[in-house]
Amino acid sequence: MSRLEAVFADTRAHNRAALIPYIAAGDPNPLLTVPLMHALVDAGADILELGIPFSDPMADGPIIQRATERALTFGVSLRQVLEMVMDFRRQDQLTPVVLMGYANPIEAMGIEQFAREAASAGVDAVLTVDYPAEEAMPITQALKEHGLANIFLVSPTTPVEREQATLQQAGGFIYYVSLRGVTGAQLSDLDEVKAKVLELKAQGNLPVGVGFGIRDAQTAGKMAAFADAVVVGSALVEAIEMVADKGDALILGAAAAFIKPIRAALQR
Amino acid sequence: MGYTQYPDAKGHYGIYGGIFAPETLMEPLRELTEAYHRYRVDPEFLAELEADFQYYVGRPTPLYHAQRLSNHLGGAQVYFKREDLNHTGAHKINNSIGQALLAKRMGKTRIIAETGAGQHGVATATVAARLGLECVIYMGADDIVRQAPNVMRMKMLGATVVGVTSGTRTLKDALNEAMRDWVTHVDNTFYIIGTAAGPHPYPQMVRDFQSVIGREAKRQCLTQIGSLPDAIIACVGGGSNAIGIFYDFLNDAGVSLYGVEAGGDGLETGRHAAPLNAGRPGVLHGNRTYLMQDENGQIIGTHSISAGLDYPGVGPEHSFLKDTGRAHYVAITDDEALDGFRLLTKMEGIIPALETSHAIAYAAKLAPELSKHQSIVVNLSGRGDKDMNTIAAIEGFPL
Repeated sequence: MSRLEAVFADTRAHNRAALIPYIAAGDPNPLLTVPLMHALVDAGADILELGIPFSDPMADGPIIQRATERALTFGVSLRQVLEMVMDFRRQDQLTPVVLMGYANPIEAMGIEQFAREAASAGVDAVLTVDYPAEEAMPITQALKEHGLANIFLVSPTTPVEREQATLQQAGGFIYYVSLRGVTGAQLSDLDEVKAKVLELKAQGNLPVGVGFGIRDAQTAGKMAAFADAVVVGSALVEAIEMVADKGDALILGAAAAFIKPIRAALQR
Repeated sequence: MGYTQYPDAKGHYGIYGGIFAPETLMEPLRELTEAYHRYRVDPEFLAELEADFQYYVGRPTPLYHAQRLSNHLGGAQVYFKREDLNHTGAHKINNSIGQALLAKRMGKTRIIAETGAGQHGVATATVAARLGLECVIYMGADDIVRQAPNVMRMKMLGATVVGVTSGTRTLKDALNEAMRDWVTHVDNTFYIIGTAAGPHPYPQMVRDFQSVIGREAKRQCLTQIGSLPDAIIACVGGGSNAIGIFYDFLNDAGVSLYGVEAGGDGLETGRHAAPLNAGRPGVLHGNRTYLMQDENGQIIGTHSISAGLDYPGVGPEHSFLKDTGRAHYVAITDDEALDGFRLLTKMEGIIPALETSHAIAYAAKLAPELSKHQSIVVNLSGRGDKDMNTIAAIEGFPL
């Protein structure tokens, strides 16, 4: 059983949704990323999503754009992100790590080399925003050869035929984008999200996580009623940003304090 | 067929192009592709486009024999395809009109666009005003300063101009922001991309609308020169005017094609915007193409005196034409472009855009290498009114 499968088996057994916090690797500074990952796990994170900084994050809202820009001022590269995961794995062999990012840093390293190094660093899955199913076959295969899952986004605009084509390549879990918009935008229609998530769960064997626009415990709790996992990104990154210049202890504390009530709300 | 059979059904030009877009845009892009393929052969659509080209844009634009400049350069006869004489002052309106007519047929009520020099923004604001559509233009905060006259024109035309302060505050960041807007408002919004880049079908659609330039130029060459030209020169930022004039000549092996990139302070300085000369293939803004990037795949800041060429990528078909050797891509520095600007202004009484000045500067290098019986066509893609602030500052004129 993979680390991701083990998490979902456990959360299902305990009748709750899994919590997936997102942070941008290198934000607010590269030395704090691994401590932040451990702090998030200690506060109840089930799976960690680590953003690979990219100069042109066209699917991200202003909060994650700023986080990315902070990371890039330290020159954080994909190679360094993999080193962070390797470092994290020295103390934590159980919590799955999903890398989320854009195609170009991966292409610059080379898809095959990236898949190999990500696997040996202890990455579990990869989500690349701008590799839709049509262009994803090379990376899906490379990841698969090294035992990694390729995670795909499904959005409110995705028709059923596309869902099916996407599910054929998808691994780990399906990431359902709960709104039309960029990360961190306002969530509008919970019923639409619910209908789509149930449809996705009926279609395949993969768990379905929901992300984009989940800012607080209340919304997370509503999502947990029907979703297998809830991703919290921009709101957490913003909580970190607000104390970014206040020292490491406060930053770690703020991140943990932010996700604890969300984790509690995921119990069904 | 030869070079004109591209893209394939998935939008690829060899290994370039494609659809590298966020999932939310995949279905809207499919709908757009479907609509475009329906209307590109629809007689009624084509008749409306043709009528707009003739009566609203002012096409066909002349092919002008610059005799005084040709004599001065002492080589090939230099002709200019006068896209600067189009309504709104550049080739950009050819594409804006085409896409806006498509938007209307698709029932979209809101138009968005990115702009660098402001020419595409002005052209899009113009057609939006004429069709009564809401219009939002994204423009890098730095470009808003250096292209102030065009910002005023867009505002007068009723468009909302949004300054983009993220990243390098130029064209690439405006494109990112326009994509974010589109992801958020896909239901009622049509994104008019101004250059032959972006996810499929944009590179093909923009090329097709701009290819009127090359079709006219070919006809005019045969009438006025009595033969095809020996060379065609056009500036390349994203590359819409270049692919527009190249396309009808792609299978004419005797016609050399030259795309001129922005060499900025010089290729050796790294401060330039010449991905085809000094970049590597990668993925940005929905397509695979040559990019200015560092060893980690981060897009690096570009530099050019002309806002319209200040872009780290290039249309995928140009990447394909470079690799196949069908077109040659060269670079002209800021200083050389300024010399080209002065040359055309003083020799022929035509004030070109700074973007176009790069093509003129290369023509001034190439013409003396050819005989006076040979001919060069330069795509005079835009006029220079918008650049008066930049030029005045360089020449020390008070404005």
